[in-house]
Amino acid sequence: MKLVYFAWIRERIGLEEEEAELPDTISTVDDLLRWQQGRGEEYAAAFSEKETIRVALDQFHAEHSDPLNTVKEIAFFPPMTGG
Amino acid sequence: MSVRLQAEDFDIGMEIEALVGGRTDIGAAVSFTGLVRDMIGDQRILDMTLEHYPAMAQAELERIEIEAQNRWPTLTDSLIIHRYGTLLPGDRIVLVITLSSHRQTTFEAAEFMMDFLKTRAPFWKKETVQNGGSSWVEARDKDDRALARWHKT
Repeated sequence: MKLVYFAWIRERIGLEEEEAELPDTISTVDDLLRWQQGRGEEYAAAFSEKETIRVALDQFHAEHSDPLNTVKEIAFFPPMTGG
Repeated sequence: MSVRLQAEDFDIGMEIEALVGGRTDIGAAVSFTGLVRDMIGDQRILDMTLEHYPAMAQAELERIEIEAQNRWPTLTDSLIIHRYGTLLPGDRIVLVITLSSHRQTTFEAAEFMMDFLKTRAPFWKKETVQNGGSSWVEARDKDDRALARWHKT
């Protein structure tokens, strides 16, 4: 599973992307966000405001309650500020 | 319909002319251009860097164009250009062009596309201010409210 990070989430973790094996117990986006919080100091800082973080599954916006299913790429980012 | 993500600047007049492409059934062309401002509140902006998620930005903007096309069947054509990288005050950031036989469709579709772009296209702005600090721009509730009006029937 490829995890990709943008903006201040990328800066706090110190990574643009990584490959990760997710535990079988993770079934929703929210489970994944909680798992991320427990992966060390940088991740705890990046994912502390879990509710504000947006997630995309294979380049589609997802809700925190959505199931992960068999996606290839999961992106984490703050609310968008383009335009 | 097309979407371009690029670091380079664009020429608004040339883009409108190219999109019309000599067609004579077009009665209206609306363009919106977003620019980098030099002040935020009382702070002077030195530059602004746009980060984006390339694969998703392209796909999401294409989905926004398709949604506009579904809502306004009389929308003849559209173009979205969004820049990335470091920009200076006065620089162009984004261009939306809509074409139709009549003006109402072009105004409405352009506004719809900008409202969706601001809240759904994966771009993030980071500003450098005069005292040397830099910070990520926060999303504004105003943009979410602008989007919400399109959900009314």
